[in-house]
Amino acid sequence: MKNEKLDSEWLYTISPKGRFIDFNFQEIWRYRDLLLLFVKRDVITLYKQTVLGPLWYLIQPLITSVIFTIIFNGIANIDVGAGIHPFLFNLAGVTIWNYFSECLKGTSDAFKKNQNIFSKVYFPRVIMPMTVVISALLKFAIQFFIFIGFYIFFAFQDNAGHIDFKVLWLFPLLVLLMGMLGLGLGMIISSMTTKYRDLTFLVGFGVQLLMYISAVMYPINVAVEKIQNNFPKASTFISPIIQNNPLANVVETFRYMFFSQGNFSTKGIIITLIITVFISLLGLAVFNRTEKSFIDTV
Amino acid sequence: MSDIILKAENISKQYRLGLVGTGTISHDLNRWFHKIKGKEDPYLKIGESNDRSTKGNSQYVWALKNINFELKRGEVLGVIGKNGAGKSTLLKILSKVTGPTTGEIKTKGRIASLLEVGTGFHGEMTGRENIYLNGAILGMTKKEIKTKIDEIIDFSGCQRYIDTPVKRYSSGMTVRLAFAVAAFLEPEILVIDEVLAVGDVEFQKKAIGKMQDISRSEGRTVLFVSHNMAAVKSLCTRAIVLNNGQAVFEGNQNEAVDYYLNLSTDIEDTKGVMHFETTNKPAQLSKVVLKNKKNIATSSFLMGEEITAEIHVKSDNPLTRIKCSIIVSSSNGINICAIRSHEMTDINYSANRNFILKATIKDLKLTPNNYFLTLALAENRNTIEIKEQCISFDITTDDVYKTGKVPGSNMAVFCNALWELKEN
Repeated sequence: MKNEKLDSEWLYTISPKGRFIDFNFQEIWRYRDLLLLFVKRDVITLYKQTVLGPLWYLIQPLITSVIFTIIFNGIANIDVGAGIHPFLFNLAGVTIWNYFSECLKGTSDAFKKNQNIFSKVYFPRVIMPMTVVISALLKFAIQFFIFIGFYIFFAFQDNAGHIDFKVLWLFPLLVLLMGMLGLGLGMIISSMTTKYRDLTFLVGFGVQLLMYISAVMYPINVAVEKIQNNFPKASTFISPIIQNNPLANVVETFRYMFFSQGNFSTKGIIITLIITVFISLLGLAVFNRTEKSFIDTV
Repeated sequence: MSDIILKAENISKQYRLGLVGTGTISHDLNRWFHKIKGKEDPYLKIGESNDRSTKGNSQYVWALKNINFELKRGEVLGVIGKNGAGKSTLLKILSKVTGPTTGEIKTKGRIASLLEVGTGFHGEMTGRENIYLNGAILGMTKKEIKTKIDEIIDFSGCQRYIDTPVKRYSSGMTVRLAFAVAAFLEPEILVIDEVLAVGDVEFQKKAIGKMQDISRSEGRTVLFVSHNMAAVKSLCTRAIVLNNGQAVFEGNQNEAVDYYLNLSTDIEDTKGVMHFETTNKPAQLSKVVLKNKKNIATSSFLMGEEITAEIHVKSDNPLTRIKCSIIVSSSNGINICAIRSHEMTDINYSANRNFILKATIKDLKLTPNNYFLTLALAENRNTIEIKEQCISFDITTDDVYKTGKVPGSNMAVFCNALWELKEN
């Protein structure tokens, strides 16, 4: 009895790896100032870079969208829906997709990139990937305003584009989902790359592959239909992958908001939400487990 | 009972030697299988100690083994030990950078660790912005920093440049700013590495002075790791000596320093002769003998007397461009002088046998005291062996000035001078 009382006096204990799921949200909350200061650092240093730095964020989605339009709409003849300009369609997909890939790439080398700080001082390691996701919002905002600019331009020119105000409230949720997916997957990958370095090479390649099954340059309906016609045997497993891919769902919903065309269902969003929460909790658990020992293996 | 603020129980840390990366997946799987079957981890062999120079038969070593200690509130505990004794590992575990393999540390206060100053400094940001960021990394909240920012800037002495990006700072200014942030940390327990003691003399004084303030007047608990015996003696109230990952001594700081200085795995059979353990390395130091002018091995010399050090080297291969250094240090660990062969001559060796390097040390004007020699042998740039403070010798008083008066021994060295009086 007396012993128990003494034990409870300790503020905290440093011990070997504990349980698999060992979240300390209270601690993360205590370090919230650090998170904000890291984000501030990223924002400041982003602007203090060269002139071409921020400009790059404009060029990259624009050129990608032009190329997609030429290849997928000009050559492959993918139908993006009535009254939607294919370039705008692709730009929408690329804009939301870029946020995800930015988060994933930024978090996937969180341990390696911050080795110097991590080996000298302790703070909840998860602060670093969280910083990446929040700082990436700035780049997303830049690219999103470019998209809006083109959207308004095309709206005046072709009188096209119908924002569906019923689902516009989903916008913050979609961005949150993309961020959480990028964070979750990135944390899983970063934990594994501390031990098995070769995974780093897979990230860039993997993100690119992922883009092709995430409905960035085609509507889900069109893809399912075409696969059904062209590869009837393979369609039984390819189509469900695309249809249930949370990323494809987010991209499709994002476009639905601006074009009022495509797949949108509350059920799809709920499934996506569940998968996202699962992936980010798994990522957090794996990350937490790695943070205690990574300094010895990295 | 209530004044114990930190308690370490059975802390052990295991490391894997060699390349991490090849074969780890198979080792991991093997470990995993054993775990599933409820068997013991096949790679955890308790009982092997961590000695740099002897080759163990396991790929895994214990950098720390069963360390137990308690820290009372307001105490300054020193941790001393040779290179590779486990000091840094202990620091890393205490600062939560890495986790222990077994055991646990319980604490009643927040621990802040200073293994480095200026962690996370970013050159593009101004001094002020860096103070906020660095402070937050070290565990302060924005509010705390805000109340102290004026003091921090004042202490750093960089008022004029505080809104200039740090990349425009001189390196000295950066260190000052970084240390200023660290000095205003207010955790219950502060863990400090000896790296703080680098820098110019002024900075060292400031750093050590601030640490004295922290522990004495503010009553903060400090854990201090150092090679600087003088600092340990003057700052700490208690000390632990680590050797090969184990705590071999715990107690009064002066006794601990003495214990550490006498700590050696090698045997001194007669005065002035030290045999080193033989290992299976291709080249190594086997023996060192100190001789006086009469060619007699001894460990006692008169002031100003010539000391000859005969360093016996066992070598299987020819060695080119041998560099041998002898470092003389005082009994409280301060290095007095380094005698480096490559600064004076070139030594090559072409045969495949053992040889003796003989250094006749002249002009070593030490005052009466006990001294230690550290020997280092290198070929080109590759270190062959370093024997830290491996042999000791005494200097006894002598009538060096031929005046019948003995120089005072409270200085490290003595020096003869010609005094003249001239009228203008």
